[in-house]
Amino acid sequence: MPKRIDWTRKDLLGLEDLSKEEIELILDTAESFKEVSERPVKKVPALRGKTVVNLFFESSTRTRTSFELAAKRLSADVLNIAMQTSSISKGETFKDTAKNIEAMRIDIIIMRHTASGAPHMLARSVKASVINAGDGSHEHPTQGLLDIFTMKQKRGEIKGLNVVIVGDITHSRVARSNIWGLIKLGAEVTVCGPKTLIPVEIEKLGVSVSHSLKDTIKNADVVNVLRIQHERQQGGLFPSIREYVNRFGINTEILEGAKKDLVIMHPGPINRGVELTPEVADGPYSVILDQVTNGVAVRMAVLYLVAQRKTNVQGIRGGMGR
Amino acid sequence: MKLLIKNGHVVDPANKIDSDMDVLVENGKIQKVSKNIKADGAEIIDAKGKVVAPGLVDMHCHLREPGREDEETLLTASKAAVKGGFTSVCAMPNTTPPCDNQGVVGFISSEGKRIGLCNIYVAGTITKGRRGEELSEIGELKKAGVVALSDDGDSVDNSEIMRRALEYAGMFELPIIAHCEDKLLSKNGVMNEGFISTLLGLRGRPAISESIRVARELELCAMTKGRLHIAHVSTKRSVELIRDAKKRGINTTCETAPHYFTLTDEAVKTSGFDTNTKMNPPLRTIEDVEAVKQGLLDGTIDAIATDHAPHTEDEKDTDFDSAPFGIIGLETALSLAIMELIDKKVLKWPELIEKLSLNPSKITGLNKGRLSVEDDADIVIIDPDAKWQVTKKTIASKSKNTPFLGMTLKGAAVVTIREGKVVYVIPA
Repeated sequence: MPKRIDWTRKDLLGLEDLSKEEIELILDTAESFKEVSERPVKKVPALRGKTVVNLFFESSTRTRTSFELAAKRLSADVLNIAMQTSSISKGETFKDTAKNIEAMRIDIIIMRHTASGAPHMLARSVKASVINAGDGSHEHPTQGLLDIFTMKQKRGEIKGLNVVIVGDITHSRVARSNIWGLIKLGAEVTVCGPKTLIPVEIEKLGVSVSHSLKDTIKNADVVNVLRIQHERQQGGLFPSIREYVNRFGINTEILEGAKKDLVIMHPGPINRGVELTPEVADGPYSVILDQVTNGVAVRMAVLYLVAQRKTNVQGIRGGMGR
Repeated sequence: MKLLIKNGHVVDPANKIDSDMDVLVENGKIQKVSKNIKADGAEIIDAKGKVVAPGLVDMHCHLREPGREDEETLLTASKAAVKGGFTSVCAMPNTTPPCDNQGVVGFISSEGKRIGLCNIYVAGTITKGRRGEELSEIGELKKAGVVALSDDGDSVDNSEIMRRALEYAGMFELPIIAHCEDKLLSKNGVMNEGFISTLLGLRGRPAISESIRVARELELCAMTKGRLHIAHVSTKRSVELIRDAKKRGINTTCETAPHYFTLTDEAVKTSGFDTNTKMNPPLRTIEDVEAVKQGLLDGTIDAIATDHAPHTEDEKDTDFDSAPFGIIGLETALSLAIMELIDKKVLKWPELIEKLSLNPSKITGLNKGRLSVEDDADIVIIDPDAKWQVTKKTIASKSKNTPFLGMTLKGAAVVTIREGKVVYVIPA
């Protein structure tokens, strides 16, 4: 039995600052919560009476729904606030946002923002817990955690696992969170994509860099495929989708050179025919739907750990439904 | 009116003085600088243990009036300047309306005189409206009293216009203070491009966006033989290019700002995305900081200028991408120079006073930066060991956007004198 530590952080802003033990704590807790979603009555009272707000400055249906489900299955009261960022207002002052949140006595804020560091700035100004649901290109910690949870589920130990992350690494918060979590747990990580979409000096994090999918896929245990993000792309980074697909798209042909028990993952939403062909997306290697299921469990774990940090640990143990 | 500054350590590089001396001021002019001056009826200031130097000259600062009086006014800027030991400042022309005409230049000049704390000089724009398309009426601006030209905030993207500007301004002996940035390379970048920007997922401005434009300006300067001054040098490569150009006899000068020899891009990370670490040019890597220090040491970098850029608290209290670029600097420049350059033995006092007073005066054609007899008595008395805490209360500027907020700095002006009149005394 690994040493069980307590969760002490007010916020979950990223995986960069977490220790190996903290990550394992979240994954173990998620394992317990998986079972809740299999019950006929998918509810435990762990967060009853708590107010959880999805504060999304960037639109998202999947992540928001996943967090909403997680919070509701924990019996929390959930509010969704979609902040419109118009072209007129250059940016909300965090002071105002923070004051309103305090005034409404919100317990947990799940925040997604187009700008890196936004949740960090808010977390400093509020007593409420802040869960980062994606900040610019910086981190998406719950996605990183659910990806690692899925890898563990499908391939066992993370230590020594050969993981390839393919796509627009420069603009990907999913890539960065994956890298932090995987490196801490001892995986061998390679980032693969066009040179124009790999950020400078990323090797300093301890990852390998490749511009050839064909070469890297040979030894891969897991391939985590990123969306080509049209909305984040700046001019001149790659000539066309067609060319991207030719070099970095995953199809059944390129999989012929891969391991037979290769696991293919994708954070969604998939651009069918771009990052993956439909055959691959729906094929035997793909665990994309497992990621969605695991996502709810991981988010339940995160919400639970952050909430129980404030209240009596003893009281919550009863709330686990045991 | 006589003023006698006794027992101080006078540092006056123009006159090669670096020793304990007394300074006698009469009717707003330097009367005498020598040992053991006796003067009847003089007001005495005891400067024992202090450095006595020509008042500091900031050749690059943004004073925001007219147009953004919410960020700073000429009055609050003057207070900040004299607190920082500056007796002369040169206001950059990116005001609203900009300083591309006699009206605005005249307004700033006369306001400065009316306020009467530090001398406020004005830089005019290179191009009309700072649009980079047509030359300003440079002759008229010279008549109105500008001491330099700049489109600072922006580079003149059109090389032909920059060439003609250097040629034309050369006729009036006006230096062009060049903000060097290739906007297409730096587009949408909010910090230095490097390992830290990769970690933080922030778009970066590569160092070459500065050095490529520096290279262009040096080529244009060589060809036109105009007077080029490169603003806020922040990268190793820029320092190398300027060093090389000077070796080849090209008539260029340059400046850096205190944050470029004090902080690196790591500050963005360690401060947790504090928008007071966001400015343009951005904080760079440790290699760049070392190169800037070396440039100051070997004379490649002639001047230290603050690039004081006030922004209100609300403007800066937003996400890193949206926040405006810039930090204030008039009040922290001297402290940072003492801590990073004097205490770390990069520069000696005479060299520092060259960078902060004499050279900026020479570059902008002012008769300042010296304690010669009959010069205006613009003097700063510095306590190199005075400790002060940077807080919203202690900052005299209207805006408080500094990355040094909350820190205790070492070294401060204790008395600032302009034209023989005491315009600032450090609070007890």
